[in-house]
Amino acid sequence: MPSTINEYFQLMPFLIIGIGIILSVVIEISSKSSKEILPWFSIILFFATALYSITNISEHAVLFGGMVEVGGKPAIFNFIFNLGAMLVVMSSIGYLKKYGTYFGEYYILIQSSVLGMMVMAGSKDILMIFLGLELMSICFYVLAGINRNKLGANEAAMKYFLLGSFTTGFIVYGIALIYGTTGTTSIQNLIDNFGEYSSNIIFVTGLILFLIGFSFKIAAVPFHMWVPDVYQGSATTVTGLMSTTGKTAAFSVLIIMLTSIFTLNSANIFKPYFSAIAVLSMFFGSIVAISQNNLKRMLAYSSISHAGYMAVGLAAANSYSISGIIFYLAAYAFMNIGAFSVISIIEGENDSRTDINVYAGLNSKNPVLAAFMALFMFALAGIPPMAGFFGKYYVFVGAIESNLTWLAILGVISSMISVYFYLRVIVFMYFKDAEENFEIEVAPYSLSSVVISGVLVLMFGLFPDMLLRLITAVVSL
Amino acid sequence: MKIDLILFFLLAGIAVVTSILVITRRNAIISAVFLVLNFFALAGLYLLLNAQFISVVQIIVYAGAIMVLFLFVLMLLRTDNESPILSDKRPLKYFAILISVFVFVQIAYLLFAGKPSRNITPDEAASINSGTIQAIGKELYTNYIIPFEVAGFLLLAATIGALVLAKKKFE
Amino acid sequence: MSSVPMEYYLILSAFMFIVGVTGVLIRRNAIVVFMCIELMLNSANLSLVTFSSYLGNPIGQIFVFFVMTVAAAEAAVGLAIIIAIFRNKLTVNIDEINIFKW
Repeated sequence: MPSTINEYFQLMPFLIIGIGIILSVVIEISSKSSKEILPWFSIILFFATALYSITNISEHAVLFGGMVEVGGKPAIFNFIFNLGAMLVVMSSIGYLKKYGTYFGEYYILIQSSVLGMMVMAGSKDILMIFLGLELMSICFYVLAGINRNKLGANEAAMKYFLLGSFTTGFIVYGIALIYGTTGTTSIQNLIDNFGEYSSNIIFVTGLILFLIGFSFKIAAVPFHMWVPDVYQGSATTVTGLMSTTGKTAAFSVLIIMLTSIFTLNSANIFKPYFSAIAVLSMFFGSIVAISQNNLKRMLAYSSISHAGYMAVGLAAANSYSISGIIFYLAAYAFMNIGAFSVISIIEGENDSRTDINVYAGLNSKNPVLAAFMALFMFALAGIPPMAGFFGKYYVFVGAIESNLTWLAILGVISSMISVYFYLRVIVFMYFKDAEENFEIEVAPYSLSSVVISGVLVLMFGLFPDMLLRLITAVVSL
Repeated sequence: MKIDLILFFLLAGIAVVTSILVITRRNAIISAVFLVLNFFALAGLYLLLNAQFISVVQIIVYAGAIMVLFLFVLMLLRTDNESPILSDKRPLKYFAILISVFVFVQIAYLLFAGKPSRNITPDEAASINSGTIQAIGKELYTNYIIPFEVAGFLLLAATIGALVLAKKKFE
Repeated sequence: MSSVPMEYYLILSAFMFIVGVTGVLIRRNAIVVFMCIELMLNSANLSLVTFSSYLGNPIGQIFVFFVMTVAAAEAAVGLAIIIAIFRNKLTVNIDEINIFKW
């Protein structure tokens, strides 16, 4: 059917980023000082999109003949993506000089990856999911290896690329089987007739292949092999982006695909699958992280275990636990980006100073950074009243509502294990003496990124209702 | 036996043999050439399925452009032949092959048990119509215009990414 | 078309998919691994075209069109990554490219 000009206006968040990408390319080509202009241009773009999304949350509409969804859940996800990307760009300005890749394409790629995430979160058609996923992933492959003089970055890029495209194969094959049984790629049709399809063994096989593909993307065990190496090898700011917004985008797709399970009360046939990956990821992540001395690698394993907690919500699959997941994703995004921003400030040239020993005595060197790092660590550990606590709380309550009390109990045990390695960082910062002396150069933009993340984490922790009410209002749309 | 059944078995035979040769040849260039052959067999199968447009695109884009890029890179890097494939990590690889065979048997069983053709009544005319350039173009520029635009951004991002990774000098 | 049962095509597609997966698992040359991934994508394409043709609607073929676009984009980026790593390390063997420990 022909689309009207009004529909294009409703696509505003996509248009802002899309036109922004094209303008950025023009700036990069034509201006000598693009290195200075582009970061600020990206920050403005991301901020504008985030603001637009959060203020237009109630204008829910499905556009272009059931292709794209705007407002509602996608608006909340767009808010997370854009604000997260904005903070990452802010901390990149100072970091990239140290890292040795100080050029404009970096920002264009971040913008493109955010566009991909927005397409994923707003998709109403499996084709859109696929294209958004690939747009995001291709940008991430390049961003992971953007410093091609570094062997570590090269290796990260290659591992991410090979495993990522291997996963794409599974996803496409799964989509083929889904299409074969439903005769269409529309997600609305999938939601409406889910109960009927779920008795068809081919459809279920296709959906399982699809879910396996996305389990790779959310970094859940047993599909986690790429995570530690990629997170450690990539630039710290890029890792911050991949581990938060990338994970959020993958979860948004899982939530879209399983909508009918948690709204229309179709039987949750994937409960065993999600319970299994939840338990495995929670415990594997928490236990292996204990023995890590590199902070980036430790946060990689912590990211695996967080994927496990969120998967508990998918296993429970009621509307309460789904709102819990979205809240958790928002909280996790900002606390993790904050932590990675601190790491990127402390990090020296050539990937040095990412070990935990470097953080010994940080409090005496730079009390502000130490305080914020402590805040992020507490939040990641899920200690009340930080944002991370409420994320876990909502998800676990949702699990209990679905009679998955054992899963919630295992989740609590695993988070108690994980407290150890988060607190270890704090102990190093406050109760140990510095081993080596080095100057910490705090770029003002990086610091403001840390401060903004810290404020958001505190705000979500102290007033969780504010965000949760927004989420519950739109979760079953 | 009808002609299309004969053609199917011929092309399917080529596809099966070449796909196995791709993963068993130690020289990467020979693998690539067999992959091209495999793509040609697939293009033939697409024609049997009345998908003329996809068949042509398969040859022009896949066999013509993507595989030429592969061959170009292979010849540029001139990698050595691999050691015989099962020479190291033997138990692990046997395990991988075993799992693959198991999964294949399972999918094949599912396809026969689930019988996806049960709900589908083939309609030769509709099938011929849906594979034409007109039908695909019409859908692509009306209902699928947004994915089309996203694909544009995807190619832009890929171009920029490849440029970043392969450009001669860093500033 | 009508005299060939749809399942034949699907079995062929499943077989090629599994061959591709096996190739990814057992091969060591990064470029060959990537070629096996292309094989997987192609087998999925075969399934999509089969369904599209038997259902008589063009959506599956449009999907194939986009899969090809994505494959082209991935090939460009992936080969650039492989060239970048070859410049530093002079190998494309994924067993030798392993500086991080597990």
